[in-house]
Amino acid sequence: MDGIIYTLQDFYLHTKSITYLLMAPALLGFVGFWIFLSKNDEEE
Amino acid sequence: MSDDVTTAEKTWKTPFNIIAGIIVIIGLIITILRFTGGLATVTNLSDYNPWGIWIGFDLLCGVALAAGGFVTSAAVYIFGMKRYHSAVRPAILTGVLGYALVALAINYDVGRPWRLPYPFVVQSGTTSVLFEVGLCVMLYLTVLLVEFSPAPMEWLGFRKARNIVVKLTLVLTIFGVVLSTMHQSSLGALFLIAPSKLHPLWYSPYIPIYFFITAIIAGLSMVIFESSLSYRYFKHKMDATHLQEKNDVALGFGKAAAFVLAGYFVIQVFGLSMENKWHYLGTGYGLWYLVELLGFVALPCFLYAVGVREKNINLIKWTSALAVLGIVLNRLNVCLIAFNWHLPSSERYVPHWMEIGISVFIVTIGVIVFRFVVTRMPILYEHPEYKEVH
Repeated sequence: MDGIIYTLQDFYLHTKSITYLLMAPALLGFVGFWIFLSKNDEEE
Repeated sequence: MSDDVTTAEKTWKTPFNIIAGIIVIIGLIITILRFTGGLATVTNLSDYNPWGIWIGFDLLCGVALAAGGFVTSAAVYIFGMKRYHSAVRPAILTGVLGYALVALAINYDVGRPWRLPYPFVVQSGTTSVLFEVGLCVMLYLTVLLVEFSPAPMEWLGFRKARNIVVKLTLVLTIFGVVLSTMHQSSLGALFLIAPSKLHPLWYSPYIPIYFFITAIIAGLSMVIFESSLSYRYFKHKMDATHLQEKNDVALGFGKAAAFVLAGYFVIQVFGLSMENKWHYLGTGYGLWYLVELLGFVALPCFLYAVGVREKNINLIKWTSALAVLGIVLNRLNVCLIAFNWHLPSSERYVPHWMEIGISVFIVTIGVIVFRFVVTRMPILYEHPEYKEVH
């Protein structure tokens, strides 16, 4: 497709592909961030 | 006798009273000019720019920063986090003042303020988002006043009335959460009508969600910020419980704010991705957007996280100020800076000094009333006659 968006189908395929790829590290990142935030809670 | 007079003069002639007095006098003069000469006398508003900082700052920032009331009361009364109970009354007071001042500011901004009640009694456009915002703000201000009323009732000794209102706490909290969810997001939804006027980096079909999430961040940060200021200026009014819970509030709310900021950062990036707006990031507005996203979302998120993890209360307090500034910047970006972005610079809005004067005047009124209430009513301490299990 050479990066050209012709149709709405192309647009959603392009944007959703990138978003889904971003979602995976984001979801894992949330878990890691929560663990980072909560690490010192166990000491209380 | 002369000594008494000298002492009284000394008491009144504090830097705070003098500065606040000057601001109030200037504010009253501008108020007279506004209501006798009309909007054109004191503002730079035009047909291109029908709203300015009275909406962008006084209203949008006022509503967002007053969100601490519903966030704190929901945490304590709905989610059962009783260890933050001491933060409820100051947060509700900030909420009442925030919304009351928003109601005052809107009287300056609209051309014919006497028509403000019209949406409730005259017009039939109940599907309007602005109608929903107006209705919710009016109802929520009423809810906040009732939620706050036990403090003045304890102060005045109205025990029976106070006990009745205290029994309504949970219902009022639920009303508060529902109404806040509705109007905080609807304030963002107002901009859905202007996709061609708001810069694409700030315009999004998800803007109501952005507004609601940033309101939660504003509420959490404002509670920490207000608590640190109260500790600095009204420490003598705080009882042992407030002093003891102060750090818990900063740590708990800081942790929540860090997590919500992280969520907001991620959905902003998803927004860019879903709408394929990456190419705007290389423009001047793109750099400004990155300043907001990295400097006032990602940075406070990181600093809150480090502060919570290291139990560094000072870092959390300073970060709350940064986060509050970030919310103000976001609202000004959406409402003013990135709005009408396509207009030539000669047509862009720059506030008149008297508009800024009125905004400073309104904030000063808030500070004066906050000081009056906190020094008299049981806000930072529990009234000795009403110490009971909450």
